[in-house]
Amino acid sequence: MTRPQTLFEKIWDRHVVVEEPGSPAVLYIDLHLIHEVTSPQAFAGLRQRGLKVRRPDRCVATMDHSTPTKDLSLSAIDEQGARQLEQLRRNCADFGIRLYDLSDEQRGIVHVIGPELGFTQPGMTIVCGDSHTATHGAFGALAFGVGTSEVELVLATQCLLQYRPKTYQVVFEGRLQAGVTAKDMILALIAQIGVGGGTGHVFEYCGEAVQALNMEERMTLCNMSIEGGARAGMIAPDDTTFEYLANRPFAPKGEAWEQMVAYWRSLPSDPGAQYDRRVTLDVSKLEPMITYGTNPGMGIPISGRIPDPQQEKDAEKRAALEKALRYMGFQPNQPMLDQAVDVVFIGSCTNSRLTDLRQAAALLKGRKVADGVRLIVVPGSESVRRQAEAEGLHRIFLEAGGEWRYAGCSMCIAMNGDQLQPGQLAVSTSNRNFEGRQGDGGRTILASPLTAAATAIRGRITDPRRL
Amino acid sequence: MQPFERLTSAVIPVLHNDIDTDQIIPARYLKVTDKNGLAEGLFARWRYLPDGSLNMDFPLNQARYQGRQILLAGDNFGCGSSREHAPWALMAWNIRAVISTSFADIFRNNALKNGLLPVQVDKQTHARLVDFTEQERRQNGKERAAEAWVVTIDLAAQTLTLPDGFQAHFPIEAFHKTCLLRGLDSLGYLLDFSAHIDAYERSERAYPFGVRRYDFA
Repeated sequence: MTRPQTLFEKIWDRHVVVEEPGSPAVLYIDLHLIHEVTSPQAFAGLRQRGLKVRRPDRCVATMDHSTPTKDLSLSAIDEQGARQLEQLRRNCADFGIRLYDLSDEQRGIVHVIGPELGFTQPGMTIVCGDSHTATHGAFGALAFGVGTSEVELVLATQCLLQYRPKTYQVVFEGRLQAGVTAKDMILALIAQIGVGGGTGHVFEYCGEAVQALNMEERMTLCNMSIEGGARAGMIAPDDTTFEYLANRPFAPKGEAWEQMVAYWRSLPSDPGAQYDRRVTLDVSKLEPMITYGTNPGMGIPISGRIPDPQQEKDAEKRAALEKALRYMGFQPNQPMLDQAVDVVFIGSCTNSRLTDLRQAAALLKGRKVADGVRLIVVPGSESVRRQAEAEGLHRIFLEAGGEWRYAGCSMCIAMNGDQLQPGQLAVSTSNRNFEGRQGDGGRTILASPLTAAATAIRGRITDPRRL
Repeated sequence: MQPFERLTSAVIPVLHNDIDTDQIIPARYLKVTDKNGLAEGLFARWRYLPDGSLNMDFPLNQARYQGRQILLAGDNFGCGSSREHAPWALMAWNIRAVISTSFADIFRNNALKNGLLPVQVDKQTHARLVDFTEQERRQNGKERAAEAWVVTIDLAAQTLTLPDGFQAHFPIEAFHKTCLLRGLDSLGYLLDFSAHIDAYERSERAYPFGVRRYDFA
């Protein structure tokens, strides 16, 4: 009998082209996703060396980071951003790569359209010059972010040089209460293990609470793996996965579909498979989570109080906490509930899919955004935007006094002009609350779409279960 | 890639834990299509005050630390975004090595591909280095010249030598070490495997059941 293997090991082993002693493995990459910000220097490198793209048919490019969300013209953003988008257009044309251009009806955030169009499939190796590539692990793929040098390697060879990471099983036991979401699960994990807790590892999310999530929620969970230090996070493919994928434009069809589903069913970790590390969280008493500091590990249950640096024994951690509270303008032991906010952002590759927008709309329906609070809702793709509009969700946001935009990364990374003003405090459904992430001097609190919507209505941090 | 063999320099202390790549280089500097001008954005949020003037409390702006090529940082350096602009910006400032107790995975990969050496040390060694930076600041150039505070990184021996002669060993994979010592980039190495990659692409491993599922063109 062969040794029981994990999901990760099965995919890894199948993709090792060659591994010489003392050298990293040559790992084959099935799908390479590309966007405007991390690719120009890689294409320039190819040109410099006179190389072609080895497999343009395995590459998919989109425009998302710098794209305008108020109208879809390049004149809506700054000259430098527009030049970068034009450079991507030229690179894709020159090297024969499929591009979802600014005006394309299927365009959107790279981690939203990959799954939506059926490019993302179980068992694949997927990379992108973007740390949130872990999102695609929701389908039982090995997906991770790379730098621009590695983008160039994959363009030229369809391979990467990689050392085998360790495995980390994350078990979410129990059932979520109403009003608590996948976003709260991942924020709770990161609060527990810290932002470096998963360094050197690949997470596999298991357990009853994970199996109960739909695909969009699973993507939210995997998306923030990097915020816990892990380059990749994966979930075993199951019927939920196959139902989502069936009939997507680039998913296999007919007999090929049946064959692939049979193969995909062989991917989940075998009973008795060993992981290098393991952690278990019981979600049955989990509250909505919220961050108070300047990294995603600085999170607490929404009814909790901000930790007191005086209680922290480790001098470095104490200094980090003091620095974070100074930046955020918060006091030790202060509750987060009822903290007044200026802006609520619903969007990003973490929480901009239909499930997220429906949840936010369900709370906002027939209500108004509080005076003085700005609500901005940015769908993850143009398809999400059209479907949300078909369901009338956009009217709910607009009638509540919110803004409804075209698809893109928008205020998550603040590269396209959508940004916080210095000092503004935002509740954001995005993934990073680093200093200035949403605009210089801006302050970010991470939360779920439900908590964000409830907060927009009251203008103060609000537990969506109490609204 | 610039080769890395040996480096002797005093350190620039930026001692926060979990320094993310958004702090190393903010997103507004990522709109370039080349690698030029990134030194200006290095630690921009900490280096500049809101009015655009230099924040003289930040080490990179202080006279003492000019010309130094080693950054001493807190734990989990380089977490967050995968932007390779972070090592590019550090290199543009002429920093060639970062010393920390741990590095985020993607940053470490990116650094190694650019000839920027991540030097991982244990907590005790890190504490000794921090102590030297504090001694140096207290003495303020009165008792010992700047040269007295230098450390030496010897990549071939994988050692870091502190100002008092204490020597620490640091880990690095043999492959990365060879690439750095010789200034080789990995694309040339990978291209030599073209025949293996061709064979892989023809194999059942690349196409389970012969289903050409990934050929999206």
